[in-house]
Amino acid sequence: MTANPALDLAAAVRRGERSAVDVLEEHLARVDATEADVHAFNTVLGERARVAAGEVDAAVARGEDPGPLAGVPIALKDNLCTRGIPTTCSSRILEGWQPPYDATVVTRVAAAGAVAVGKTNLDEFAMGSSTENSAFGPTRNPLDLSRVPGGSSGGSAAAVAAGYAPLALGSDTGGSIRQPAALCGVVGVKPTYGVVSRYGLVAFASSLDQVGPFARTVGDAALLFDVIAGHDPADSTSLPGAAPVASARLGEGVEGLRVGLVTELVGAEGLSAEVVAGTRAAADALAAAGAKVDEVSVPATVYGLSAYYLIAPAEASSNLSRYDGVRYGHRAEGAADITEMYVATRSEGFGAEVKRRIMLGTYALSAGYYDAYYGQAQRVRTLIIRDFDAAYQSFDVLLSPTAPGTAFPLGEKTADPLVMYLNDVCTIPSNLAGHPAMSVPWGAGADGLPLGVQILAPALGETVMFQVAAALEAMAPAGPGSSAR
Amino acid sequence: MATPISTADVAHVARLARLALTDEELEQFTGQLAAVLAHAADVEALDTTGVPPTAHPLPIDNVLRDDVVVPCADREEVLAQAPASESGRFRVPRILGEAP
Repeated sequence: MTANPALDLAAAVRRGERSAVDVLEEHLARVDATEADVHAFNTVLGERARVAAGEVDAAVARGEDPGPLAGVPIALKDNLCTRGIPTTCSSRILEGWQPPYDATVVTRVAAAGAVAVGKTNLDEFAMGSSTENSAFGPTRNPLDLSRVPGGSSGGSAAAVAAGYAPLALGSDTGGSIRQPAALCGVVGVKPTYGVVSRYGLVAFASSLDQVGPFARTVGDAALLFDVIAGHDPADSTSLPGAAPVASARLGEGVEGLRVGLVTELVGAEGLSAEVVAGTRAAADALAAAGAKVDEVSVPATVYGLSAYYLIAPAEASSNLSRYDGVRYGHRAEGAADITEMYVATRSEGFGAEVKRRIMLGTYALSAGYYDAYYGQAQRVRTLIIRDFDAAYQSFDVLLSPTAPGTAFPLGEKTADPLVMYLNDVCTIPSNLAGHPAMSVPWGAGADGLPLGVQILAPALGETVMFQVAAALEAMAPAGPGSSAR
Repeated sequence: MATPISTADVAHVARLARLALTDEELEQFTGQLAAVLAHAADVEALDTTGVPPTAHPLPIDNVLRDDVVVPCADREEVLAQAPASESGRFRVPRILGEAP
């Protein structure tokens, strides 16, 4: 049975066997030891975390239950609003901004007893797949400092992989939780759209963005999922009704479950041979464990990447129009009038990738091109949803690679944006469909760095998705992320 | 098939997006945007006759709540984050063209 660091810590703290303050200090010591090399955090919350941990211990001493995450250190992606704590999105345009409110997920994890240890680095406004687009410098992969941690939630993935916290929150618009989880050898989950509140998540592409967990084990990811999932009246896109329970069927095995290996994703552009072999080995393992495994075609997924890079920039160009230097964040000095101020503020404040996507989106939405690009991409989105629906008539979950390869060297993919975008080829379809998907570690590549496999499920299919993930975890070949810490 | 994006198109889009680009950035972005749009040519060429667009993955619209008065953000806390404020308002440079 796999040890679950967060579940075990919370249990020990709730029983009074471990103090939350001691647990925190142990994790902060790891931050002190290696953070100068890794740079997982934009902000480390030492003193605030000590106060929060002290409150957890005081509650236990009073005979109260601090909650299911009692005393568990958690890292928060720096695009989640934290009241009175800088929230930068790794952008100059928000440098120094201290939100006047907390994101709902931040409130929920705190109410469950978790202790926030820091705000993690990301590609600026979550646009990227390597965390190299941060205005504050890249995060490095803790398993090999010459490699990227993936992105955009690279800081959160690195924080969990480095042992700075057993849990982290990230956001996933096209793969930004799952791809860095795969590259850092941890578990990463994109929930069904609408299951986790987006209130207080700084918007990138509102019809695609979801907040989700990182953890070292499937059990810990389920624990965090079950804390953050659920209706939030503050988010008008939050699903009403009860959320699926991730931890309901862990350990029940996969006997009789129908698992489809997605032909188009296993054969996608640019995948390394070892990634494909790993995914096939995972499928074989599920079959050996009693699942009915077959290949299945989901034809429209081949258009996912192209459709995504029209839809996401279009939504981003609209969402990012709010950064104008008027109400918060950076304002350029010395402008003669307000238009000059807008232009100077935005030109100084945004990095190259953000500018590129704003312009791509503005173009895709502009007169004469709207129907050819944005309208057409939205129709392709319908085709992808239809093809997934057809596949789920015959399968409970689908399986694919998560990322095209293992963690790549810093600088290798920065010259050509399209090469970087191809990182998301297997993860994007689930965002376009609004479906849940997660990455679990599956051994290592020839370079010794972790590989991941992706489990995809239909909307609200988290219970069976986590069930399959737990089975895969139990059968996975040893990887570099599994023995550390 | 749309004509390839030109530097004039990119300059126009940058103006719409309130971004100032150097000549060097203009050249670079034109090439990069052209590459992404070329990759999207498969989507552009697809026959989607009769397929309705999906703007959003959820069949949710017109979300309503009871009309209950709840506290809103504190004005001083919000204004404290503004680059400039005056008399309870956001202060900005001149908006109209006339002399001050």
